[in-house]
Amino acid sequence: MIPSSFDYHAPATLAEAVALLGKYPEDAKVLSGGQSLLPLLKLRLGQAGHLIDIGKIPGLEYIKEEGGMLRIGGRTRESALERSEIVQKRYPILVDTAKVIADPIVRNLATVGGNLAHGDPGNDHPATMLALGAQVVAMGKSGERVIPIDKFFLGLFRTALQPDEILTEIRIPAPVEGSGGAYVKLERKVGDYATAASAAYVVIGTQGFVERAGIGLTNLGPTPIKATAAEKYLIGKKPETAALAEAARIAAQATEPSADRRGAVEYKREMARVLTGRALKKAVERAGGK
Amino acid sequence: MATHRIQITVNGEAKEGQVESRLLLVHFLRENLRLTGTHIGCDTSHCGACTVLLDGQPVKSCTFLAVQADGHQITTVEGLEQNGKLHPVQEGFWEKHGLQCGFCTPGMMLTSCALLNRNRNPSEAEIREAISGNLCRCTGYVNIVKAVQYAAEKLQKEEAHA
Ligand SMILES: Cc1cc2nc3c(=O)[nH]c(=O)nc-3n(C[C@H](O)[C@H](O)[C@H](O)COP(=O)(O)OP(=O)(O)OC[C@H]3O[C@@H](n4cnc5c(N)ncnc54)[C@H](O)[C@@H]3O)c2cc1C
Ligand code: FES
Ligand code: FES
Repeated sequence: MIPSSFDYHAPATLAEAVALLGKYPEDAKVLSGGQSLLPLLKLRLGQAGHLIDIGKIPGLEYIKEEGGMLRIGGRTRESALERSEIVQKRYPILVDTAKVIADPIVRNLATVGGNLAHGDPGNDHPATMLALGAQVVAMGKSGERVIPIDKFFLGLFRTALQPDEILTEIRIPAPVEGSGGAYVKLERKVGDYATAASAAYVVIGTQGFVERAGIGLTNLGPTPIKATAAEKYLIGKKPETAALAEAARIAAQATEPSADRRGAVEYKREMARVLTGRALKKAVERAGGK
Repeated sequence: MATHRIQITVNGEAKEGQVESRLLLVHFLRENLRLTGTHIGCDTSHCGACTVLLDGQPVKSCTFLAVQADGHQITTVEGLEQNGKLHPVQEGFWEKHGLQCGFCTPGMMLTSCALLNRNRNPSEAEIREAISGNLCRCTGYVNIVKAVQYAAEKLQKEEAHA
């Protein structure tokens, strides 16, 4: 299928890209990996008058640890993330996540920034970033600003990015002693969006009690969900079977799934509970808790 | 709407075109260059029949604009044979009966080539993972996996002799 007409621009710098977005405020769209945007345009579920390709701008693809953070360039591809040594060694939750996004061919083009900026509750990185307490860096005409991830997802396909802003970097706090995370997804087949999925992150103190907990849920409501009540419940608890099960039960209550070909509301909510239980268990194991 | 002058190296040859922004790479290959070995199997970016190599990496040419390929290297199935000799992956599909209708085969082979370029000795699990974005409605994948294993062995032997 062929998209309806648009103009294509390939700016060489971020400043040029921001200026182009400002010039066509009504109908310009950033083109990153294009693996969500081009399918939408092809099926004519979406329209754009101008595509601003950020692929020719140097310096937007990197993965590095700096200043106590993992910094991921906005245009970094999923395939680079899953093959990165530092990510494999220190951020296994990111490998869990990247590996279940789409298929390996799509992941050669799809980008981490696009996965967040799209604002689709079916995308997998949002839940993981919510669990990890990530930050998103946005560049607009008045400069750069940092947006905490829990203020980023505003509604279905709606994020805190202004129409002339470009997501340039994702920042994730570096792992501390006793921390661990995991992402567990239920999908019907490779390349399918989640029936349900859960990201869990825990920090266990030297006395064996949970000091921090993060839980994010995929495709279980109009936006990615941060299960704050379940996170709070875990603080100060020993990460044992009963506590993890109770946290998973509370997390499932925060979901608002809709029924579709992937399942009924009750089924999805139950899967949210089961998957959160598994993600928490794996996160605790990786934290060295068991 | 503006059109763009593009230059793409396809199977080692420089090709030029004047294209609309919205022209997909797969249409540029099939219709402008008449390289019809690259297939279109779906409307939803799922099937992988349109897979080509972009600077050596498999991508879905139905989900990439021709203008985005400007200045890049593209390999299609027509570029696998060299000097009248089949690529070891092509030979593998022939020897191991890795196809029935053949619709998925060009994409399947290009993905396999990219895998073998990065990993000369993939396990069965690694082969299945690598081709998981290429759908085959005929074979059940068993002989496709054997074809890739055949090619892996052949490439290793060739290198041992070289
Ligand atoms: C067959 C198939 C299966 C898929 N399955 C999954 C899956 O299981 N899980 C999953 O999470 N995703 C899945 N995807 C989506 C894929 O991962 C997307 O590519 C990704 O969500 C978006 O990244 P992108 O770089 O392709 O963004 P694009 O498609 O280029 O852009 C998506 C949107 O975000 C905006 N945008 C992109 N980058 C920026 C930026 N830096 N700043 C501001 N705005 C920006 C664009 O304007 C656009 O509106 C699938 C895609 C396909 C084709
Ligand atoms: S034609 Fe099906 S993925 Fe490209
Ligand atoms: S051989 Fe027919 S689709 Fe694969």
